[in-house]
Amino acid sequence: MAQIGSFALLLALALSIYSFGVGMVALFFQGDPLWDRLGETARRAGVVVFGGILLAAIALVVAAFRDDFTIAYIFHHSNRALPGPYKFATLWSGQEGSILFWCLLLSGYAFILRLRYKTDPRLFAYASVVLAGVQIFFLALVNFAANPFGLLEGPLRADGSGLNPLLQYPEMVIHPPMLYLGYVGTTVPFAFALGALIMKYPGDKWIHITRRWTMVTWGLLTCGIFLGSHWAYYVLGWGGYWGWDPVENASLMPWLVGTAFLHSVMMQEKRGMLKIWNMWLVFAAFWLAILGTFLTRSGIIASVHAFAQSSIGSWFAWFLAITFAVFLFFFLMNIFKSRHLRSEHGLESVISRESSFLFNNLLFLLLTLDVLWGTWFPKISELVQGNKVTVGAPFYNRVAIPVALLLLLLTAVGPLLAWRKTSFDSLKRNFLWPTIGAVVIALFVMFTPTSWGSIFGLKPWHDISYFYSLMTILLSALVAFTVASEYYRGGRVISRHTGQGMFASMVQLTHRNTRRYGGYVVHLGVVLVMIGFSGAALNQEKEMEMGYGDKMNIGNYELTCRSYTQDETANQFSEWAILDVSENGRPLTSLTPVRLVYKASNQPSTKPDIYSTFKEDLYVVYEGQNEKGQPVIKAHVNPMVIWIWLGAGLMILGTGLALVANAPAPVTVRVPNLVGRPAPVTGD
Amino acid sequence: MQPQSGERIKPTAQAVGKCGVDGISPGGAKDTHENTMTTRPNSTLRRLLHCGLLSLAVFAFAGAGDPATRFTEIGHQLMCICSCGQILLECNHVGCPSSDGMRNELMAAINRGDSDSLVEQSFVQKYGPTVLEAPTTSGFDRTAWIFPFVAFALGLGLVVMVVRAWKNRPAPALAEGLHPVTGAELEQFRDQARKETDL
Repeated sequence: MAQIGSFALLLALALSIYSFGVGMVALFFQGDPLWDRLGETARRAGVVVFGGILLAAIALVVAAFRDDFTIAYIFHHSNRALPGPYKFATLWSGQEGSILFWCLLLSGYAFILRLRYKTDPRLFAYASVVLAGVQIFFLALVNFAANPFGLLEGPLRADGSGLNPLLQYPEMVIHPPMLYLGYVGTTVPFAFALGALIMKYPGDKWIHITRRWTMVTWGLLTCGIFLGSHWAYYVLGWGGYWGWDPVENASLMPWLVGTAFLHSVMMQEKRGMLKIWNMWLVFAAFWLAILGTFLTRSGIIASVHAFAQSSIGSWFAWFLAITFAVFLFFFLMNIFKSRHLRSEHGLESVISRESSFLFNNLLFLLLTLDVLWGTWFPKISELVQGNKVTVGAPFYNRVAIPVALLLLLLTAVGPLLAWRKTSFDSLKRNFLWPTIGAVVIALFVMFTPTSWGSIFGLKPWHDISYFYSLMTILLSALVAFTVASEYYRGGRVISRHTGQGMFASMVQLTHRNTRRYGGYVVHLGVVLVMIGFSGAALNQEKEMEMGYGDKMNIGNYELTCRSYTQDETANQFSEWAILDVSENGRPLTSLTPVRLVYKASNQPSTKPDIYSTFKEDLYVVYEGQNEKGQPVIKAHVNPMVIWIWLGAGLMILGTGLALVANAPAPVTVRVPNLVGRPAPVTGD
Repeated sequence: MQPQSGERIKPTAQAVGKCGVDGISPGGAKDTHENTMTTRPNSTLRRLLHCGLLSLAVFAFAGAGDPATRFTEIGHQLMCICSCGQILLECNHVGCPSSDGMRNELMAAINRGDSDSLVEQSFVQKYGPTVLEAPTTSGFDRTAWIFPFVAFALGLGLVVMVVRAWKNRPAPALAEGLHPVTGAELEQFRDQARKETDL
């Protein structure tokens, strides 16, 4: 397997070099029949690269299933008793394998792109060459610096070290591929942007193509981030879902920039504005994805789940510098020698959709900058004053929450502003009822007794975090009401013209403009996520050593220790407690938090048990045993967490909806004297 | 809720909030205010200001003397040094070599009556500055806090400049014979369009 894998990787590298070199020269000598034919061979070589890398990936997975511990990577990340799905996940569970996986995904994207070249052969040829350049870097890395097929030195071992216990969770089979698909996907818009810059592409076609790719990438990145968050919540056992860890931040930054681009691209499509800005946003999303990988791989910044320190950090640093220099060079060539990046229109009014997008982009970029600053500050501090400092949640909460609240406000306001100019009358008409509705909701949350749920009775003057929570709820309600009013008004128009019911009209409305209404569904998802986040201010926690029959009270819950015991499987030892839960004296359920010790690695891990409702989560962790052998139980009451997962689902659903093609709008003809109501006639 | 046998002292985040609120002595503040009013009617405004400040101080420091509350508050400002990257009171590693000892040290310091800053200083001296979970507001660390606000101000200024530049941009020249629709006439057309589309 090691020979097959190594050969396939070398072949893929050679083909990538050919695809890049010959493709570039062919573009230089465009119009020459010989070079045009050679350009076609370069495209085909790029297609075959996918086959080579796929073969290498299959070889590694087969080696994992065959317990081939002659390969060092398999020895370090697998063992005989490891269940099948986790043996498959071995592919991305270590440094070398995950870079191979990155190569596989990148070649997969490039494969699709190169097969769809007829959309715009010249632009796709440029994008293909850029992708080949990026492929060369990653393939060189996997061939020479982080080879997953390296052989184990010394005597052959009977069993492997096993997979990291924290990764032995079903979500881990899905989370990294999703995140990687998102990271790697940023390369495709970058390739189109750089291609458009090199060829001084005058049209906006590249931006239409790029937008769709970015939406796919953004959706996958969203999925990956929330799966990671869900995994952290269900596996790590500290009761939270986001720790502002550098690796988490690394995934957030390209997502934020991608979100900014998905908004600002509308300015370019509708008004021919922000062309330069969009170029740089596309580049920044790609660059930050690579920077995140650099952070994770280089060991330059301490992180809970970074890979071990290695020499490949310098490879990434060079790659980051080169890509920046290349992009800057072609950008400057365009600025000085061409006018096609100039804005086509000015701004008619400050109260317009255009200015709302400008402020939206400002806030997204500031949030990215804050996260980047917080992530790098420990290193900067070390360079300046010789000692590292920790930049934890309080820093991010203080700088990011106000910006996030402003963004939420813009999410409510932006969609109701018209392009070019919005009158005050229109503003008043559109915002009166949503604002009244949002204020009523906020007052309801403030003055409803806490016994209804821990999120109620929220008095903003008690604590700044309560103030933020209440503002989040108020603004979320405002967004929800403005989206609802948009659906209602659009649906009413269709209903009047077609005679359909309101719900059917709203469905038709969505079909007619999937991008706009899919976007609103994403906004509703964001609202649910933000409401979920707002509950964090009211988290409670308690820890107790619990013998038989001991009781712990937290929130409205009472936990009684019914029993505790131990178990053993081929892969792990486990200790667990059985806790009966009642709420206000009413029996609810039994929870069984577990502590595991994996035999191969002798590493412990906890698996919390969670009783989840729309109101709150009761989150129970088996922390260990005391001297008497009794379990030490830690319980958390975390309000509204389930809303985060529902919101994430809605965001992904909305993204999918926005990617669906619009249904053609039927032409409606009114013939008042002949028929009682308008008859829809479908046509062009 | 009284701690039961075996229960570790770890008041909840909500309890801290509630304790802070319950700890305010509205009656006390009101008494002070009334006494002032009767004895020195001439300096009412100044006394009112003093009382307000006192009330704020009471509000701010309410519960601060409670050892359990202080344990929670300071414990959430410190990191576990076992390289888990978790807050001291949230470190959940079974058999963690650091967190239990650090928690005991923290409790001992609080029981000794050390001030919050003294406790933090002693932890920094022993474990280094990474034990604090956020940069301090002194020395170079201050830049960590200042930078985001400076970036915000600069970004806002930049956007305002762009908006102004775009607003002042001359409108594209129209073909001969065409007259741009502006002002009231434009509003009239917009209203008409809105009525016709019901939007």
